[in-house]
Amino acid sequence: MGDRIVGSKKSKMIRKISFFIIIIFILVVVLFPFVWMLLASFKKNADILNVDKMFDFIPTLKNYISVFIDYSFLKPIFNSFLISFAATVIALFLGLPAAYAIGRARMHLFSGIILMIRIVPAISFLVPWYLIFTKLKLTGTYTSLIVCHLIVSLPMIIWIMMPYFESIPKELEEAAKIDGASNFGTFMKIMIPLSTPGVLTSGILTFIFSWNNFMFALILCSSKTTTLPIAIYQFISYSNVDWGGIMAASVVITLPIILISFFLQRHIITGLTAGAVKG
Amino acid sequence: MRKIGKWLDKRLYYVFTVPTIIFVLGMVLFPIIYTFVLSFHSWRMSANIPWEFIGLENYASLFGDTRFPLAVFRTFLFAAIALIIEVILGVAIALFLNRSFWGKNIVKTAFLLPMVATPVAIGMVWKLIYEPNIGILNSVIRGMGGPKIDWLGDSAIAIYSLIGVDIWQWTPFVMLIVLAGLTSIPMDCYESAMIDGATRWQTTRKITLPLLRPTIFTAILLRLIDVLKTFDIIYSMTQGGPGYSTETMNILSFRQAFEFMQFGQSGATLIIFFVIVLGIAALTIKLKSRVEVDF
Repeated sequence: MGDRIVGSKKSKMIRKISFFIIIIFILVVVLFPFVWMLLASFKKNADILNVDKMFDFIPTLKNYISVFIDYSFLKPIFNSFLISFAATVIALFLGLPAAYAIGRARMHLFSGIILMIRIVPAISFLVPWYLIFTKLKLTGTYTSLIVCHLIVSLPMIIWIMMPYFESIPKELEEAAKIDGASNFGTFMKIMIPLSTPGVLTSGILTFIFSWNNFMFALILCSSKTTTLPIAIYQFISYSNVDWGGIMAASVVITLPIILISFFLQRHIITGLTAGAVKG
Repeated sequence: MRKIGKWLDKRLYYVFTVPTIIFVLGMVLFPIIYTFVLSFHSWRMSANIPWEFIGLENYASLFGDTRFPLAVFRTFLFAAIALIIEVILGVAIALFLNRSFWGKNIVKTAFLLPMVATPVAIGMVWKLIYEPNIGILNSVIRGMGGPKIDWLGDSAIAIYSLIGVDIWQWTPFVMLIVLAGLTSIPMDCYESAMIDGATRWQTTRKITLPLLRPTIFTAILLRLIDVLKTFDIIYSMTQGGPGYSTETMNILSFRQAFEFMQFGQSGATLIIFFVIVLGIAALTIKLKSRVEVDF
């Protein structure tokens, strides 16, 4: 009897340990590229090229200095921030009322169209946009980039916020209306405050997607409006690949996203899986 | 003034949607029609030469050589392999993590990083990892006595190397969706099975997986929509090369338009791509509703 209890305790222990070993293995696979990016960003290029110095090297800040001074990364950081921020704010401004109306008035056709925009390859808009923006002499401007980013941001905000607004009980609105509030007043004073977490979720997510966007900027930005992904991409077009510089630049672009993810993990998961799990 | 305000307030739903409708018409519908018209013309981005109507010639010439059909094939190959592995791994990991343990939230955050990190940066790191001479992957293989593999430079394997990155990036997505779906399965389903003496494996196979079917299907749908359109990773790592060996439809239409300035040709590719993606999505949505009716 006593033996059996000790035995089951032992096997429980073994199971627990093997569980954690597997988890650590998965974590290593998931996190390795990030660790590698960080390590390489502190290496001299000679150390990156020397296979024997994979882990044994003297860290240097040279890459970061050259990213900010030689490649003048402050400008793309500013551009990326400005474009992502503007696109997110405009998308919220247009998308929140639309999501509310679509959800409350049950405009199924409209929500279908929003879904369709999410499905259609963004590149099928890019070619005509490029031609139109060229005609309007708008290529390379912030305006063209922000407007294009909206095509991703706006449907995303509507998509996340539609079910959110629907989940708020109608009685709350009706109570406000009985008290004499207008429809618009109810929306502003009841619906928006009640859905702050949803607004935050959709806002963060659209910001991240704008921040990461590569394809639109590849075609539409000029040297003055270069965004971060393009600035990094341009590194590899030089004949001598500056791996240290590229990795430092990659750290600079991913760091804000990683920080956001750490603090707002739950929001991002909700947003990414929006519409995926119902009830 | 107040009258107008009241009039607008009564029709608030319409007032709220009009800006978005205008945006959709201008930025979505018009470009699609424009591309459609363009695909019947020959034009090389020159102000002096007007569009020239050539009927279906752009479409015909796409099938004139193997480049376009191969791009279609690669799009499906990429999507199929990536999707199958992502779903199997994602579901397996989710089932494995579906218990409470210390540090679960840290693990979930870690899983979030590959999908939210900037794809171009991800592409660059993987380029360094895959680098044949100095990359860590080949160092490890060499250490085990294996051959030197040119992961991105060998046209026979480059596309699989890219699929590998996609799997690394998006398996967590499937996992997180399934994990969320698992929490919505009521506990009493398991309790009665336990009383009947079912093993863990039996409950997983007979209870969990069937109940998860709609969730898994949604994950497949969402992933499918995106994997067909993969662009950032491919373009930042190989630009469709070496040769045409990693050119999917997305990359091909991009190169036709912005590298070769064949806008008419690119328009034809885009229209076909557009129809394929929408068709597949519609089919999956239909299948999905059938799965959900089952329950």
